[in-house]
Amino acid sequence: MMDHLEAMLRPPKLDMAPYPAKHILLANGETMVVRSASLDEVDVLLDAIDPLRTLDRDFYDVVGARLYAELLGWKRHRVRNEYCLVGVIDGELAGIVNGRMFDEKHGISYHTLTLKRGLRIGAHLFASKMEHHIEYLGQDEVWIVAESPIGHRRWMIEYPLQQKFSIQHELGGAPSWVLTRETYFKAKSRLVSGARPVPAHLLEKSYPIRKPDLRTMLIQIGETLEAKL
Amino acid sequence: MRDVVIVGAATTQFGRAQWSLLKLMAEAAHGAITDAGIERKKIDAVYVANMGSARNNRQAGIASALVDRMNLYPVAADTIENGPASGASAVKNGFLAVASGMYDCVLVVGGERMQEVNNFEATEFVSYLSHRFAEYIYGITLPALAGMFARLWMQKYGVTSEHLAMVAIKNHANALLNPASHLKMPIAMEGLLHSPDSAMNNPFVADPLRFFDCCPVSDGAAAVLLAPADLAKNFKKTPIVISGIGQATDTQAVHERPDPTVLTAVQTASRKAFAMAKLEPKDISLAELHDAFTILEIAQSEQVGFFPEGEGHLALERGVTQITGKLPINASGGLKAKGHPVGATGVSQIVELALQLRGEAGKRQVKNPRHGFALNFGGFGNNVVATILSKGA
Repeated sequence: MMDHLEAMLRPPKLDMAPYPAKHILLANGETMVVRSASLDEVDVLLDAIDPLRTLDRDFYDVVGARLYAELLGWKRHRVRNEYCLVGVIDGELAGIVNGRMFDEKHGISYHTLTLKRGLRIGAHLFASKMEHHIEYLGQDEVWIVAESPIGHRRWMIEYPLQQKFSIQHELGGAPSWVLTRETYFKAKSRLVSGARPVPAHLLEKSYPIRKPDLRTMLIQIGETLEAKL
Repeated sequence: MRDVVIVGAATTQFGRAQWSLLKLMAEAAHGAITDAGIERKKIDAVYVANMGSARNNRQAGIASALVDRMNLYPVAADTIENGPASGASAVKNGFLAVASGMYDCVLVVGGERMQEVNNFEATEFVSYLSHRFAEYIYGITLPALAGMFARLWMQKYGVTSEHLAMVAIKNHANALLNPASHLKMPIAMEGLLHSPDSAMNNPFVADPLRFFDCCPVSDGAAAVLLAPADLAKNFKKTPIVISGIGQATDTQAVHERPDPTVLTAVQTASRKAFAMAKLEPKDISLAELHDAFTILEIAQSEQVGFFPEGEGHLALERGVTQITGKLPINASGGLKAKGHPVGATGVSQIVELALQLRGEAGKRQVKNPRHGFALNFGGFGNNVVATILSKGA
């Protein structure tokens, strides 16, 4: 039973349309299911992210630490209208993206974290996040900042996003860029992949989420094991 | 001239280095010295292959810096910069120094640390290879040149995107067997080309070349130790003979060539190497070709003389170039998947051949190799070095 004070600490919610799961065939022949994560799954996501918070490689530390806090905030009902999408390959977590609705018409992109690199999983998941905001949440704009050069190349340049420096993105310092509906639909055929519905056996395999083996994950990300283990 | 043998060979892990360029080079050099089982004081000269340390790593005079780092004074030391062919050029110069009798023991090290700069800068830096006024100022890049070359080649010989992907798939599979490789990741045709998701998985970089048709930007170093054949008994490993070297140049601007699909420098360098070794293409047991872009493996496999004109992709289709095929090409994973730290590449090709000929290539070992061929391709074919290594008698 939630007490009165806790109820006051929780943000009010807007209605959020669900993100329908999809499946993507990757370059290595594996199939990734992209679906919403539920609050029940946050703990396993936090476990997977935890070792990355001190990984000084391609800004994994910054993204890992902030994503950890955002997901924890979501789990504890301290962030308004947050959602999280996961990429899952044979039950194993391959990547995470999250964001939230600022209001009915404006979305805020938070983070994109890839746990299995080299297969454009981050690009697929970021595109899925934009798809969610524009097509399922029905928003007009998504505000975006990049915290790494890789992110800047993938989002600002590849889409290409427009500068909207009058907006202060809530992730902090950098001025915001924006994805509009027009930009999204222009880029959609080039950048948004995946098929629906997900065959039942594939969807089933995406539950429960299994975190990747730490050794495999760190080798993939490009960190020496000695530094972390 | 004296016969020259490789008595030590080593490479670092390719990929993204944790260390400075000098430390990478020192690691490879130390590996080659240890492999040969000699004392450092026996080394007379050091040749260092590198393309961009002054620009990318704020370190010029890299050969002098390496000698200092390794405490190898008072050896002679020279830096060799010949674009992506720097590695094989350095081996050639080391060979000449030993063959002439000037030195008895020469250490050749190639290294590059490209990930110290971002990908834009790395692409820009490699573009310095192009003709400054006919190509560079118009924004041409090496992927762009390779894309135009691929388009012409596809039109002329019926090569398809599937053939290009087959090169990538083969070399990624080989790289999985090479502990030193940069990309350890299998890839499959369906995800690359035949799925609705392929456009995102494998986007065009320079049409018709896609993401997985291009080599990665890598850090890494490799080293070999050269000595005269008559001193080979002083070293602990089986000596591998440098039996042929050929080098040739071509116009810097690709459009000045009568037919841009004819890689004249590849043909000439290869012919010279075969003549020096008194061998023919059919005698070669395995080859390391310069597949910075997948199309180059197919084109070079013909222009070196392994396959008739227009049939390189057919040999690929038949599996001839697989590790288990009649002529394995890029058993190491090639530049495509082992990686391409430009100054290191030519030396690492020689290291791979030496390990293969010694029977020390582990899971990617080619069966009973006798002669190995390496092609190091500078610029867009404007300076090419071909090297042939052979097992001793």
